[in-house]
Amino acid sequence: MKPAHGVWAFILFLMIAHQDIWFWDDTTLVFGFLPVALAYHACISLAAGFAWYLATRFCWPTDPAPSAQRRENA
Amino acid sequence: MPQLLIICGYLFLLLLLGVGASRLFRGTSQDYMLASHSIGPFLLLMSIFGTTMTAFALVGSTGESFKEGVGVYGMLASSSGIIHSLCFLLLGVKVWELGKKYEYRTQVQFFRDRLESRWIGAILFPVLVGLVIPYLLIGVMASGTVINKVTAGSIRDGRVVGGTFEEGTFPHFLEQGKNPKSEEPPSFTYGSQGGVPKPLASLAICAIVLIYVFLGGMRGTTWANTFQTLVFMVLGLVTFVVIAWRLGGQESFWASLQMASSSIPVEKLTRIHIPPEKFLTYMFVPLSVGMFPHLFQHWLTARSAESFKLPIVAHPLFIAIVWVPCVLIGAWATSDLITIPPPVAANPNAVLPFLVKQLAGPVLGGLLTAGILAAIMSSLDSQFLCLGTMFTEDVVRPLCGRRSLSDRQQLLVARLFIIGIVALTYGLSLFEPRRVFTLGVWCFSGFSSLFPLIFAALYWPRLTKPGAYACILAAAGSWLWLFRASEFAAQPNFTVNVPVPTTLDGDGYWQLMPVAAMIVCSTVAMVCVSMVTKPPSKATVEKFFPKSSP
Repeated sequence: MKPAHGVWAFILFLMIAHQDIWFWDDTTLVFGFLPVALAYHACISLAAGFAWYLATRFCWPTDPAPSAQRRENA
Repeated sequence: MPQLLIICGYLFLLLLLGVGASRLFRGTSQDYMLASHSIGPFLLLMSIFGTTMTAFALVGSTGESFKEGVGVYGMLASSSGIIHSLCFLLLGVKVWELGKKYEYRTQVQFFRDRLESRWIGAILFPVLVGLVIPYLLIGVMASGTVINKVTAGSIRDGRVVGGTFEEGTFPHFLEQGKNPKSEEPPSFTYGSQGGVPKPLASLAICAIVLIYVFLGGMRGTTWANTFQTLVFMVLGLVTFVVIAWRLGGQESFWASLQMASSSIPVEKLTRIHIPPEKFLTYMFVPLSVGMFPHLFQHWLTARSAESFKLPIVAHPLFIAIVWVPCVLIGAWATSDLITIPPPVAANPNAVLPFLVKQLAGPVLGGLLTAGILAAIMSSLDSQFLCLGTMFTEDVVRPLCGRRSLSDRQQLLVARLFIIGIVALTYGLSLFEPRRVFTLGVWCFSGFSSLFPLIFAALYWPRLTKPGAYACILAAAGSWLWLFRASEFAAQPNFTVNVPVPTTLDGDGYWQLMPVAAMIVCSTVAMVCVSMVTKPPSKATVEKFFPKSSP
């Protein structure tokens, strides 16, 4: 599997994991102050940051800047 | 009074920033509207984030959490972290590439070329402006509420005590307000309560933003956005710490946090009152960033495609930094640790400023208010500038044809149009207020329903001109129909109910967000009409899809 496919699969997984019906009526306070529904979704945000970092490494669309620059110079 | 002085000082600082940016202004409309494509990664991140996070993020999220509980974060913040960056990567970079290559300044210019339609602007421009107005309204309404609440007095035994201004300082119509839940005549207690009257405060904020946008153009707006984003992120965290400590009332910050959260009522800790299918369809709302005209303009300011990398990665993290504290504060406000007076509870937009006023001292309260205003103004400025650009580029220039306007005339026309729209928005803000969150969701839903159009324009060569028209008409029509059905956002929990045989909660319906129905309508219309109409010319396909052409 190409790294780009893995990154897109990870992003799809995050979208599915976002629908956390398993925490719907859970009143647990993580560390004694963070409601679990909030803590879980804060972790989704952090995971999204990591996923998008991977996307900029492995799924980046071709940068047109160098060729455009060459044309301008020519 | 100290709060008011600090707020005035902050607004003065912004004006200075506008003057500073105007000294670097190159005098061309290209520089005024797009900062000559000179914005690097950090400024792009701050300006995009500041623009996206409006009153909706601070005032709206706290108020909505106060009403609906901590599930608000999952409904909009974490989903935005995924979807916004997806749009920046898939749409932003491609739009920047095409914009730089073909010198686009607005969405309409791009669509005009891509769809081979000279008149696409005639239908798209009013739709986009119509959707930006409620977005502006959020900021104008919230700024008035925030300044009013932090300068107002408190109510004891039905009387206002300790306000900045005595009753009678301002004309009667500015000071008196009506209790929305009773038929009593308007009173000072439900009006300005000794603070700066809301209409006056909103007017002042509009004027300040207009001045620095006019002085600095896109460069000034980007600088101001960066400055204001830093201000509201830092002061937002300070607000969180101060409110947690004072509300929890324990010796250590950690113990105060735990005390405050342990007092949240159970229904606000969970999502038992939110149907899972409604939660799922909320995920369509953040697609709106793909069609925000002001964000489109910010994308075009980038120096290179590489500049997008930092915003794409940092955006979800920044959302967490801003939203988690706000949502927690809103939930804490429902606990028995603090009494929220009925006039504040009736207007969720006032919850955050009320807590700042009650729990921070006057000086800190003033600084924290400046932070909230920073978030509001960092969106208003981009929207003001974008409206002017769209009017000049999409209406005035095509209408003038060969009689082209000079750069100076273009700037004048842009500024006059901005003033007109701001006046209209300000007039609308004087009517019965809506919840910032509800209004925001309606506005974003409208833009989301146009998402299929921009996505297809960039990735589907078969999209045709009639298909695009059908998409816009279906999006606008379904939005108007559903918005009217919600009594113009007066029903905050309005959903589209689809009868189904079985549901998780057993109510026999899927309660879907209106945005889901709108996107289905616009997509079906676009695909069906495109498939039965003449495909775009070979030249257009080769221009926009160079690799896909034979």
